[in-house]
Amino acid sequence: MAKYVTEEARRQIGKVSETRTYEVERGAIRRFAEAVGDSNPLFNAEKLARKTRFGGMIAPPTFCRSLGAPILDVKLSMPQFRGLDGGSDWEYFEPIRPGDRITVQSKLADLRESEGRLGPMVFMTTETTYTNQHGEICAIQRATGIRY
Amino acid sequence: MASKQFYFEDIEVGSEVPPLEKEPSTQQLVKYAGASGDFYQIHYDKDFALKNNLPGVIIHGALKNAFLGQLMTDFAGELGWLRKLSVQYRGMDQPGSKVVCKGRVTRKYVESGNHMVDCEIWLENSRGEKTTPGSATVVLPSRSPS
Repeated sequence: MAKYVTEEARRQIGKVSETRTYEVERGAIRRFAEAVGDSNPLFNAEKLARKTRFGGMIAPPTFCRSLGAPILDVKLSMPQFRGLDGGSDWEYFEPIRPGDRITVQSKLADLRESEGRLGPMVFMTTETTYTNQHGEICAIQRATGIRY
Repeated sequence: MASKQFYFEDIEVGSEVPPLEKEPSTQQLVKYAGASGDFYQIHYDKDFALKNNLPGVIIHGALKNAFLGQLMTDFAGELGWLRKLSVQYRGMDQPGSKVVCKGRVTRKYVESGNHMVDCEIWLENSRGEKTTPGSATVVLPSRSPS
């Protein structure tokens, strides 16, 4: 029997966060690419990127992480816990470009519990959507957080 | 940018994705913390990391995710598009030694007129352990009109 992920806790699945909108700065894209050590001109050099089919610089795939998602308030009666990042599944639809206004919103996609070596483990899947100023979804991230 | 543009016709199931080597330093972890906004101290404060039963500071899972993203945008080239990227953090990695991102093609197919290539991907440490397995799908350009 699930100790923490009760019927009541699972009723929170589908809950959405507030939205937050960011303006994407060209310098932030470059700094992100530099921190990763990715010298791809698409993420670094406007002049070279302009000659490609993208017509200018775009953001590298995980740049979305710098556009912090608003906190999703999930109530779980776990007195104290440690947290782990289990991983992420990304889908990409449209490029993110300098000057874009990206709106970020998270949704609780799943809440499960299983018994691990260290006792009960709670798996929380959060789906975060990144939408541009034209209403196009640029990326969706499904991240799994583990509490134990 | 990838030195070579791959086309759908160049790829076979089993083809290797050109590997990407990284040797993250503690300085790179600090730069990544600043660029991403992830300031969890286990990635730059050794005392804090040790107190949390870690062997020392560890590489952000998200940075390993970014390395695997680079592996695949290099593979897709400027004519391709990274459509999906999945990573699972199975093991911790510490800065100061080499990690290598690798991949292998598992499937190629045409879907809604797009030439798609699925790959299994992973990051392995200097002991050959796959600490960060995952998968990816890229759209590649085709030499023949579909």
